Amino acid sequence: MAIISRGFGGRRRESVDGLPPGQYLTHDFPVLSAGPTPRIPLDRWHFTITTETGQKTEWNWTEFLALKSEDVTTDIHCVTKWSKLGTTWRGVSLDTLLEDVDTAADYTMVHSFGGYTTNVPLEDLLDSKAWIAYKFDGEDLEPEHGGPARMIVPHLYFWKSAKWVNGLTLMNEDEPGFWEAAGYHMYGDPWLEQRYQGD
Amino acid sequence: MNPLDGNALAGDLRELFAVDVTVARYTCAGCGHADAVATLLLWGHGMGQVARCPHCSDVVLRMVHAPDRVFLDLRGSVRLELPLAGS
Ligand SMILES: [Zn+2]
Repeated sequence: MAIISRGFGGRRRESVDGLPPGQYLTHDFPVLSAGPTPRIPLDRWHFTITTETGQKTEWNWTEFLALKSEDVTTDIHCVTKWSKLGTTWRGVSLDTLLEDVDTAADYTMVHSFGGYTTNVPLEDLLDSKAWIAYKFDGEDLEPEHGGPARMIVPHLYFWKSAKWVNGLTLMNEDEPGFWEAAGYHMYGDPWLEQRYQGD
Repeated sequence: MNPLDGNALAGDLRELFAVDVTVARYTCAGCGHADAVATLLLWGHGMGQVARCPHCSDVVLRMVHAPDRVFLDLRGSVRLELPLAGS
């Protein structure tokens, strides 16, 4: 009784211009869970950037909400082959969070409550390419979708957009995160179909 | 969403091993808990199978199916102990 969930591949598919290769359009927002959903009380929420020399910059929830926020409308592409177009988020740009961080590192590891990790090159988090979002579709981000706050790096496959984020570690060398260590691609560009290692 | 138990791994693991790995005993790298693979808590994530220790919830085993390859990541287990047939 092989239980291999191939995502939502069995559903009716729409082919649409503007989708990366191998993707189909979905209108709902599938939830993929690799473990129990962490419930993080806002008074215990924090986000910490740690540089390659160990210097830390930390925000609590109140400090985080006081940062300049942006509205973002973007397409998202999951490696399980669904894409969702024109999703709307509100969050804080990584440009804002990294503004006063002194680093010479080229790589980052994103960390989450619950232990999830994913690696993203630093340059992919800069220049309005990544946000920590706390609203989706005008509502507070639900725990199932990564609330109170999740990373959004929409130009990469969506596993790089970590749910329940609590930190970012800057690294001199690239290292695999949770799914990358188990066979997924180190970078994950949907337009190049970089799904698995060696793609 | 709730996990299945590790018995649901049997089909996938049969593609890799000539023995039924769900009866093997794992030792969790996180807490040292040891029990049958069938007792792991299995999260059938769309990207792969994630089997967690029922004692400490650490990930013991991950399996990813690519179209042409299967990846089995066992860094969360200190060892697997497999009974030999006929003994
Ligand atoms: Zn354990």
